[in-house]
Amino acid sequence: MSPALEVVRTGPLALLEDAGRPGWASVGVGRSGAADRSAYRLACRLVGHDDHPAVLEVLLGGLVVRARGALTVALAGAPAPARVDGRAVAHRGVVHLPDGAELSLGTPASGLRTYLAVRGGLAVEPVLGSRSTDTLSGVGPPPVAPGDVLPVGPAPRAFPVVDAAPPSAPEAGPAVLDLLPGPRAAWVGGTDVLTGPGWTVGADSDRVGVRLAPVDGPAVERAEAFRDAELPSEGMVRGAVQLPPGGEPVVVLADHPVTGGYPVVAVLTEGSADRAAQLRPGERVRLRAARP
Amino acid sequence: MSGGLPVEVLPMGGHAVLVEVADLAAVLVLEAALRPRVLTGEGVWARVTDVVPAARTVLLTTDGSDPADPAALGEAVRGVAASLDGSAPPPSEGEVVTVPVRYDGEDLDEVADRTGLSVAEVVAAHTGTGWRVAFGGFAPGFAYLVGGDPRLRVPRRSSPRASVPAGSVGLAGEFSGVYPRSSPGGWQLLGRTDVVLWDERRDPPALLRPGSVVRFVDAGGSG
Repeated sequence: MSPALEVVRTGPLALLEDAGRPGWASVGVGRSGAADRSAYRLACRLVGHDDHPAVLEVLLGGLVVRARGALTVALAGAPAPARVDGRAVAHRGVVHLPDGAELSLGTPASGLRTYLAVRGGLAVEPVLGSRSTDTLSGVGPPPVAPGDVLPVGPAPRAFPVVDAAPPSAPEAGPAVLDLLPGPRAAWVGGTDVLTGPGWTVGADSDRVGVRLAPVDGPAVERAEAFRDAELPSEGMVRGAVQLPPGGEPVVVLADHPVTGGYPVVAVLTEGSADRAAQLRPGERVRLRAARP
Repeated sequence: MSGGLPVEVLPMGGHAVLVEVADLAAVLVLEAALRPRVLTGEGVWARVTDVVPAARTVLLTTDGSDPADPAALGEAVRGVAASLDGSAPPPSEGEVVTVPVRYDGEDLDEVADRTGLSVAEVVAAHTGTGWRVAFGGFAPGFAYLVGGDPRLRVPRRSSPRASVPAGSVGLAGEFSGVYPRSSPGGWQLLGRTDVVLWDERRDPPALLRPGSVVRFVDAGGSG
């Protein structure tokens, strides 16, 4: 029997994701891919992959999978408590699943998205060179569902070199996101208007974007010279901080539209874009200028 | 001899630059000059993963492997722009795609009213010139087409439709376009085509890409 991962149950959402599909933006398809790229890469490296295999991106736990054939897996990202046939296993560690073993994920105490990498990768049919689900354009495989049997590809030549990665340091206080200059910073008179107040993550956040509402105080206003300015749509990148007319910034994530009509006043660093993909609705956030 | 194409290179985070130019004509000139460099170039050009033209800008995204790339890319783009003729017409080369249309759209009469043309003259104007793909972005395979008959400029509908069928051919402002799949939309609808704009199993998946030229032809059946 060729090895596979059988989906027994899912939580709110489980998606196949890899490093995404760059190169198609000019015909309307964004890169997509894992929302938290550093967690994705860590899970892959733990099972011996330095390429870009497809993994499961699990939103708020709740996933149960069964191994068909012996599998080597690893978890990274949001620390969902994990059990194999009822026995607790390490987050950010190499886990061996014997044939028939069931891996189950509880709800993470912090963060949103947990990455389950399988040595060999989840070898579903790629679309435009990637196995990522793009929730905005609809390109890529559908969300995984109970009963799905996901084939596992051939193992890479490299073997896992560590048994576990060190746990990430717990954060105290609000999440801090670092800002680089955006093309339309002048529309708000510079990014100081973003770094001053505290922010709360909106409830309507998804893989397309995260809305930030001011904790107290007014929404962000445009600078006088740009109050009535019109901006034709222009290209965007992951981590772009857009300012819609309501004055509540939106940080765009992996499945953002390739172009947008709201001014991009700042752009998060890569690490902060990864962190933004783990923000929970209601969580407090602080923005600051990235150190040069 | 002109002094090159004026560009402003704007920051877009650690892996990209946004290049702003005067107008859409300049976008077409710049994008046509950048595309071959990205396809076959070396150095920083080889690390550009996406070139995204829009109405006044061209976004260039790199693979992120070298943090110095945005600065290097800005310099390289300024170098290319300085060598371009800012007053030259947009390049018209590009593969020609024929799109047969049944001109029986719901807004055909309104477009005729607004333009002061008869329905037959609207169809003749729409089919009378080539249209150039300026940029995409709204949905996979959608292309904003420009360069058509200027008499066909009509505003978007005041209230968008909740669902526009796939293959609908429409007008909005200076643009024409074809809906690749059923979606909400506010364009004035002239007709329908059976041509498949987007098929991810096809190579290439998008029928229309920046630089392509579209010839609409009257497929009849408009009654």
